[in-house]
Amino acid sequence: MERQYPVDRNSEIELRLLIEAIYLKYSYDFRDYSGASIKRRVNHALVQFECSTISALQEKVLHDPTAFMQLLQLLTIPVSEMFRDPSHFLAIRKEVVPLLKTYPSIKIWIAGCSTGEEVYSMAILLREEGLLDRTIIYATDINPRSLDKAKQGIFSMENVRAYTANYQQAGGQCSFADYYTAAYGYAIFDKSLCENVTFADHSLATDSVFSETQLISCRNVLIYFNKKLQDRAFGLFHESLCHRGFLVLGSKETPDFSAFGNQFEPLVKQERIYRKS
Amino acid sequence: MNDAAEFPSIEAIVIGASAGGVEALLALLSPLREGFTLPIIVVLHLPDERRSLLAEVFARRVLMPVREATDKTLVEAGTLYFATPGYHLSVEHDRSFSLSLEDRVHHSRPAIDYLFESAADTYGSALAAVLLTGANRDGARGLSHVKRRGGLTIVQDPTEAQVATMPQAALDIHEPDHILPIGGIGRLLVELERIAC
Repeated sequence: MERQYPVDRNSEIELRLLIEAIYLKYSYDFRDYSGASIKRRVNHALVQFECSTISALQEKVLHDPTAFMQLLQLLTIPVSEMFRDPSHFLAIRKEVVPLLKTYPSIKIWIAGCSTGEEVYSMAILLREEGLLDRTIIYATDINPRSLDKAKQGIFSMENVRAYTANYQQAGGQCSFADYYTAAYGYAIFDKSLCENVTFADHSLATDSVFSETQLISCRNVLIYFNKKLQDRAFGLFHESLCHRGFLVLGSKETPDFSAFGNQFEPLVKQERIYRKS
Repeated sequence: MNDAAEFPSIEAIVIGASAGGVEALLALLSPLREGFTLPIIVVLHLPDERRSLLAEVFARRVLMPVREATDKTLVEAGTLYFATPGYHLSVEHDRSFSLSLEDRVHHSRPAIDYLFESAADTYGSALAAVLLTGANRDGARGLSHVKRRGGLTIVQDPTEAQVATMPQAALDIHEPDHILPIGGIGRLLVELERIAC
């Protein structure tokens, strides 16, 4: 008698093969990303690419780097906003900035910077606190198109209106409009904000530490990683941060359950601001 | 027919609710006895806010421990979990929670579909999914997915629901195992737990 195999396992096998193929061919490592989220995004990609199976999608992206770059846009999540969680930025101003001011020069790493919203938020905050001139910011992401967008610093006015409210609640000291020029429904941000920003391709899954830093901001990136990959990322942050350096995370992220739980202590727990202990 | 043949052994219960959901959930969950062993994971649509008071409100009214589902923590038996406002919630294959800021589904984040589909992939036939009152179409697709994975599906009787839209939307695309009023759903959950023990 012929053996029966469960049909619904197929898509899980195909998903693993696709992720393996992407890793082998393009060195992008999604193997330790949270499964449910990746599965949803791949299913969404099937519709966009008009593929009926994940195997068909795999064949396409394996043989066509342009198709892979399109898929990468769907696999990475460029949802961000400036001064997201305004109270977080207010806490950085009040609790972290006074300590940062004691350093003669400052290096900041914004890991998983996506299209740059976090970078501009941080640069504006540092300028208002008189620290931007002596700060170097490394803004890294795995998606080259997101990095290009971040470098351009052009955001839709519709979004910028929401960011303006965030900026004010975050303790902004000027008029938000001072930082951009509006034209044709877009806001072009002041280039001088990015004079000391280095945008670079870096993967928390495969790359290593590149510099000593005083502060690392990695917000709403780790939630897409499984525990193993979160541990790797926390390890990189721990290695990069100077003695008593600062780690700031997204509003639902914490090192508490990671292998590095006791290597970071909360400075403002509610706002996810930690210090290397 | 014995119990085991009638119901598969359930490992987890997921519940989706929207408009009218707080009252429906209180009516469903407060009669559950102390020591109820199955985990119950709830997505309730609420306006986005920085802090949800749901866990605190329910902690005073139910006999199970109540928590907000935290990223990468394991689903624990006998605990009532609420999804964090503003984030999608999934249950991963290792039975840990993950959060996500992906686009809204049916204008909602957290979305019921998101939780139901991921939990169905993880628990398969050991999942029971309950869809309650609500004013949109979230949860209908998720419920169908639970059924495809062999899980048990339960929809609140739309004639009894405070807002019938959501249970009715599920009935339009999916024939659930049970259509019941809140009291009947409660008795079914108790029965499922008894068999699972």
